[in-house]
Amino acid sequence: MHILDLEAKLKIINFDHFAATSMRQEVKEAMDPFFINEYGNPQSIHALSDEPREALARARLQAADLLNATSNEVIFTSSGSESNNLAIKGTAFARMDKGKHIIVSKIEHFSVLNAVKSLTKLGFEVSEVSVDKYGLVDPQDVKNALRKDTILVSITHASNEIGTIQDIKEISRIVHENSGAYMHADANTSCGFIETDVKELGADMLSAAPHRFYGPKGTGLFYLKKGVRVMPLIDGGIQEFGRRAGTENIPAIVGAGVACELAKKELKDRTAHLLPIQKEIISGVLSGLDEVYLNGHPEKRLPNNINFVVKYIEGESMLMWLNNNGIMVASGSACTSKILKSSHVLSAIGVDPALAQGSLLISLGQDNSLEDAAFFIKELPGVVNKLRQMSPLYEGIKKENKAQKDK
Amino acid sequence: MPIYSEKVMDHFQNPRNVGEIENADGVGELGNPTCGDIMKIYIKVKDDKIEDVKFKTFGCGAAIATSSMVTELIKGKTLEEAEKISNETVAEALDGLPPVKMHCSNLAADALHLAIEDYRARKEGKGPIGRVETPEHDESDILEHT
Repeated sequence: MHILDLEAKLKIINFDHFAATSMRQEVKEAMDPFFINEYGNPQSIHALSDEPREALARARLQAADLLNATSNEVIFTSSGSESNNLAIKGTAFARMDKGKHIIVSKIEHFSVLNAVKSLTKLGFEVSEVSVDKYGLVDPQDVKNALRKDTILVSITHASNEIGTIQDIKEISRIVHENSGAYMHADANTSCGFIETDVKELGADMLSAAPHRFYGPKGTGLFYLKKGVRVMPLIDGGIQEFGRRAGTENIPAIVGAGVACELAKKELKDRTAHLLPIQKEIISGVLSGLDEVYLNGHPEKRLPNNINFVVKYIEGESMLMWLNNNGIMVASGSACTSKILKSSHVLSAIGVDPALAQGSLLISLGQDNSLEDAAFFIKELPGVVNKLRQMSPLYEGIKKENKAQKDK
Repeated sequence: MPIYSEKVMDHFQNPRNVGEIENADGVGELGNPTCGDIMKIYIKVKDDKIEDVKFKTFGCGAAIATSSMVTELIKGKTLEEAEKISNETVAEALDGLPPVKMHCSNLAADALHLAIEDYRARKEGKGPIGRVETPEHDESDILEHT
């Protein structure tokens, strides 16, 4: 979508980092040699393969270091979605002799929900555990859903919509104490912003997406604990310990490694930078506008996520006006979803589908500042009021309020 | 490439004829809040011509732009002429809409026809009609467009 008023030379404020982050300069510089000069295939024997092979090993170490894993427990995939698919389908196909039951939550990413949906067509059974109004999974609910034939529990570490952080440690403990199921944590949104220590979390598998934390697109991380077996989704050569065939995307992997190293080094600083901006936006918006609500947990949430419902207006039109003011946001409304369904996450936490249309999703990152927050807080009421004045739903509410006053 | 044409953006940002008509001769309200679009069109009719028209819309950019466009297309037209305007005419006048928006947010002409129907019903002492709920989308609608 273009910005019509180019004359204004607006500063672009990216409040949609969950969609895309700009790569760090260090990441790009590390990748650069591997496109033209060091283009070799790490699986070759000759000298062309030496530097790419070393680079691959280095990246694996950097990723393992961020996750507190060993380097032979890290597999590079093409994306966070592939990692989630590998966890789910890979486990299902490897363990179907032990059982065909999988547990997920209602607020998983579509790469989890649609992967298990596909498996149901092959005779697998899926239990979706509910969440409370903040989006939290009760570990006891997971315990109650466990069966003798449960082979996998997959729960998102932090929601990509409402930012709620789950108690993966407790869920892992319960799963392992009460069943033989594997535990997978989808950390595609959390990794790079909060701790994703696999030993601390107790997960058997974990997915992460370096492009979410200033790495390149086209690569994903998959942690597979030593001794845990999954069947590959892509068969072929012996790349990635035979778990994921195909010539390695060395430039992207190198970039992912550097993004992991930076994340490890900067994790605390990132939180310290993001939290005040997040706090400012939440308090500024809630105090500046009537009938706006915050979704997700007030404390147990990612430092870079904010999710509001603005009543009586629709998210895409809000997004388009903000876009015109140089502010890039996302929405969970039906109109913005491309599948014309409003957010399943908002529905799972009990937001009325009509209200979910007014969803406004903000994801912060390294390039945001308190000035951006102030600008957004200043601009939003104008946009909301403009759209409310045009809304037949608001009109009805105004009349109701007036009628009540007149009584 | 921008997802919306310049005309859509123009009508979205400078919507024509926004508002209500007090004592309107006909009102057409159509949509479903679950799908995210509700359109309400008010008409004032004199000598079988649409003398004035206003709209209010809850919805996405396409919903607002199509509402605005339909009001512009029919102002001053006879009822008969207005009835000939279809959702497709509106989309064409906006230089097209993204395929996925064609069936969900392109309801402005339907809302207009409802307003005319409401006008006639009122004249016969049978109106007003009130809001008409459109059905929710099913998956086949969407797969058709992807």
